[in-house]
Amino acid sequence: MSRALINVPAKARKGEVIQIRTLVQHEMETGFRPLPNGGFAPRLILRRFECIYDGETVFAADLHPAISANPYLAFRTVATTSGEMLFRWIDDRGAVREERATIEVT
Amino acid sequence: MDLPTASRRLVLGGGLALLAISPARATPEAMRAAMQGFAGGAEPRPGRVRLEMPTLVENGNAVPTTVIVDSPMTAADHVVEIALFNERNPLPDIARFTLGPRCGQAWVSTRIRLGDTQSVHALARMNDGSVWSASAELIVTLPACIEG
Repeated sequence: MSRALINVPAKARKGEVIQIRTLVQHEMETGFRPLPNGGFAPRLILRRFECIYDGETVFAADLHPAISANPYLAFRTVATTSGEMLFRWIDDRGAVREERATIEVT
Repeated sequence: MDLPTASRRLVLGGGLALLAISPARATPEAMRAAMQGFAGGAEPRPGRVRLEMPTLVENGNAVPTTVIVDSPMTAADHVVEIALFNERNPLPDIARFTLGPRCGQAWVSTRIRLGDTQSVHALARMNDGSVWSASAELIVTLPACIEG
C-alpha cells in the first residue's frame, strides 16, 4: 500500500483561509520512459485529485505525465465547519485511493 | 514472391509510423494550440497571475511550481480554473486545477517534470470568462526522463 501524507491544521477559526498540503507515493510512469529491450514503459499516472469538504469539491486537479513522481499538491480553502475532509486520487485504470483528515473549526 | 515483400514493406512502414507518433518533444506550436484550447475564444491577457519557479533548475524531475492569482475569490469574482503548459516536454499539458469561492485564495503549489530548458506558462480563467497569463523561463541542467 502506498503512503500518503496529508497536512491539515487541526484547528482553525471559521472563515480563516487554511493551507492544505498532500503528498502521495506514486511512480507517475509517464509512458515516455524507454525500456532496455526497446519500446516504452506503459503509462500509469494519477490523473485526478479531489478534495471534498463540507459537502463540496473545494479543489480538484487533472494531472498529466509532467507532474513529478510522488505528486505533491498544496492549495488553500476557507475553514467553514468542523468535520472530515476527504482526499481522493484516481489513476489511469480507475483505481481510487482515499484519505481523510479532520478539522475543528471554532 | 510479391506477398512477402509487400508485408515486409508494411512492417517497415508500420515501424516508421510508430516512431513518428511517439513524440520526443512537444513543440511551441503544440503548446500554443493547447493554450488556445484552454482559453476557448478568450484572448489571454498578461497579468493577475504570478508563476513562481526557480530560474535555474538543477533537477528537472521535481521543479517547485507555485501559481498565485490576484482574485478576491468571492461568489461574484473568482478563479474557475488554472492550467499549466510547457514548451518542450513530450506533452504540452502539465496540470489543470479547478478552484472556486470556497478556496478563499487562488494559490496552488506542486512539483513538475521538465525535460529541457524551456518556458512554462500559467493561464487562469475567471468566472467572467476572461483569461489571464504568466510565464517563466527556466534553465534545466539535469533534465527529467533522460535515463531509462
